[in-house]
Amino acid sequence: MKVVIANGYLVDPAQQVNTGKNLLIEDGRVIGLLDRGEAMPEGAHILDATGLIVAPGFIDLHVHLREPGQEYKETIASGIAAAVAGGWTSVCAMPNTDPVNDNPAVTRFIIEQAERAQMANVFPIGALTKGSNGKELAEMGEMKAAGIVAVSDDGRPVPTAGIMRRAMEYARGFDLPVVDHCQDPSLSKGGVMHEGRWSLILGLRGMPAAAEEVDALRDCLLARMTGARVHLAHVSTRGAVEAVRQAKQTGFPVSCEIAPHHWTLTDEALESYDTNMKMSPPLRSREHVEALLEAMRDGTIDAIATDHAPHHADEKALEFDEAPFGITGLETAVGLAFELVHRGVISLERLVEMCATNPARIFSLSDRGTLAKNAHADITILDPECEWVFDVSRSKSKSRNTPFNGRRMTGAAVATIVGGRLVYLHPDYGRITESKYHEASVR
Amino acid sequence: MQTTFERKDLLGIRELSAGEITHLLDTAETFRDISRREVKKVPTLRGRTVINLFFEPSTRTRTSFEIAAKRLSADAVNVSVSSSSISKGETLLDTARNLEAMAPDCIVIRHSMAGAPHHLARMCKAPIVNAGDGAHEHPTQALLDALTIREHKNRIEGLKIAIIGDILHSRVARSNIYLLTRLGASVSVAGPGTLVPAEFAGLVDNGLSLEGRIEDAIEGSDVVIILRIQRERQDAAFFPSMREYAVHYGLRSEHLKYAAPGAIVLHPGPINRGIEISSEIADGGNSLILDQVTNGLAVRMAVLYLLSRGARSESPETPVEPRKQKRERRGSRV
Repeated sequence: MKVVIANGYLVDPAQQVNTGKNLLIEDGRVIGLLDRGEAMPEGAHILDATGLIVAPGFIDLHVHLREPGQEYKETIASGIAAAVAGGWTSVCAMPNTDPVNDNPAVTRFIIEQAERAQMANVFPIGALTKGSNGKELAEMGEMKAAGIVAVSDDGRPVPTAGIMRRAMEYARGFDLPVVDHCQDPSLSKGGVMHEGRWSLILGLRGMPAAAEEVDALRDCLLARMTGARVHLAHVSTRGAVEAVRQAKQTGFPVSCEIAPHHWTLTDEALESYDTNMKMSPPLRSREHVEALLEAMRDGTIDAIATDHAPHHADEKALEFDEAPFGITGLETAVGLAFELVHRGVISLERLVEMCATNPARIFSLSDRGTLAKNAHADITILDPECEWVFDVSRSKSKSRNTPFNGRRMTGAAVATIVGGRLVYLHPDYGRITESKYHEASVR
Repeated sequence: MQTTFERKDLLGIRELSAGEITHLLDTAETFRDISRREVKKVPTLRGRTVINLFFEPSTRTRTSFEIAAKRLSADAVNVSVSSSSISKGETLLDTARNLEAMAPDCIVIRHSMAGAPHHLARMCKAPIVNAGDGAHEHPTQALLDALTIREHKNRIEGLKIAIIGDILHSRVARSNIYLLTRLGASVSVAGPGTLVPAEFAGLVDNGLSLEGRIEDAIEGSDVVIILRIQRERQDAAFFPSMREYAVHYGLRSEHLKYAAPGAIVLHPGPINRGIEISSEIADGGNSLILDQVTNGLAVRMAVLYLLSRGARSESPETPVEPRKQKRERRGSRV
């Protein structure tokens, strides 16, 4: 069936398109762009995107779907239902499941579960080392054949430069990007928040910015040494983005992502010991947030990724020291990104670049992150003016651990199309599916 | 000045105004006499229940709260739980709910984790008193230190106070810094660089300075507060040896020549003799370590009284007059 997404404003940085166009899709692929006046193909179904932004489907490079092993926190089905409700058409699943995704059987299981759920695309990330133990390399080649798009020991920082070097050298042979959660454990040990004035006030053990920066610098140097594609997960400090900026200027193959909470909140938010403010890397101080905003502005930061990390309410109801790290993020990221657009920090085009164009490039997701002819028909439809309040009780995720419940936001993903199928429609935007141009197209 | 204390809980000093602190100290002063009488008991909190919930070993603070409650005729119950057994079984949340179901009038909590009292305070209707949470705060210790200082120096404002030792891990140091600077004292802290992080200077807006050498911190001080080296917390190498610590950061008689004449020495206890403080000083004329313990009782009586007396608008003026108290109670029964 032919579908035309009509009257929208197309933003596709990959094609340098930023104009009013109609988008024609068929059988899960993009057929092409039509000019506004151009005749619609006969019998085409029309989606009316008047006043809306039509963008290539958003790709989240960093989520934790918890399945297999921790289905009480999230399942692949619930996780990707939350993803499409937040505007994400694809998510990349970190391997710290139980068992760890360090072999092709787990990889295949994840892909099959995702196909069964029929929501967002799921691209598994394989472990860097067996069991993410930081010692022996995992079977990257076998996992690549089964469908992984990158390798990482996220959450368990790679302990030594020696192992990281071998992993990069080996991953390079399979053209797999190496994703690192930069955190030197000898500096961050026992830490539960950013080390600084607020950790001293609260009497909580800190993780210094240097713990992240030492490893970020290490990884940049190893990227030069090995020539591997290195992607730094959730950068959160001034020094980390400076390391990436420097590496890019020198021409090393390094990229990085940022999580919305790191630009939205500061460590001061921990004053009430709210465990929904506990994540790793931790919320940083104002000076770091300023540096992150600058790095988003100047292009040092390539991608926005949620680090969606669901945890059960009982786990988050423990003492601050005992509660697990991490918050959910799939349904709030786009709203928080629009806050930056409205504040003039980034342009709408840059938002799309960080949520779609660049993520597809970084993980080599072919025919995604663009609406060029023959690309997958993964589409995120945005309303920059949609005013809404995030209500966690209506979240599609199985978990409720968010610091953003009740936050008023302007700008949202209002419809999500995956492989040509409309998989999410904001309840207030039924007009999108009313094919009032149907007659015109028949004529 | 503040003449009431309207908070539900006492979680820390940082959030208190100068008026609230002064009111707590004034109230404590009125309770001091009770412990000097032959019959050391007033019926002020008769029929009220105070639960001492201690997740961390403590002799002096727990005993102090228990005696304070008993001298006010409250029923005091001590619950000692090791933190490790909690992590194996019942959560703090469930413990709190169970205790709450027994309708206590006040819960005193000591916990090795910062923020545990705040966690409890969100869940419980009963007032919560923080008796020390991790490296966060120990408000009654700061109040008893201040009461001791006021007793001997007649004021806090304008005094110069040195705090020496392991600031990083010390909840006593934090509560003291907040309290003393809020009441107008200037505080200098000194200790090994590993235990006095530079960011500490930003803890309060005014009145705090960091010094490298203890002599510089003590220079001209009216009060010297020595912190305990918490050997149990020294899991990482913060200094090379106890011997070296004692040589460079232990307080000995020779240091007091830098202090102002008549300077007093405080220590929250228990002391490590010969490490952070020499016996000569601990047992000498400048030391008020035992006065601190006595004042601790008065402070805890005041805190328990102000938080668990029930109706918060009740006048706090007459806590030490058992007869008058009785009359009021009779009157209210009519």
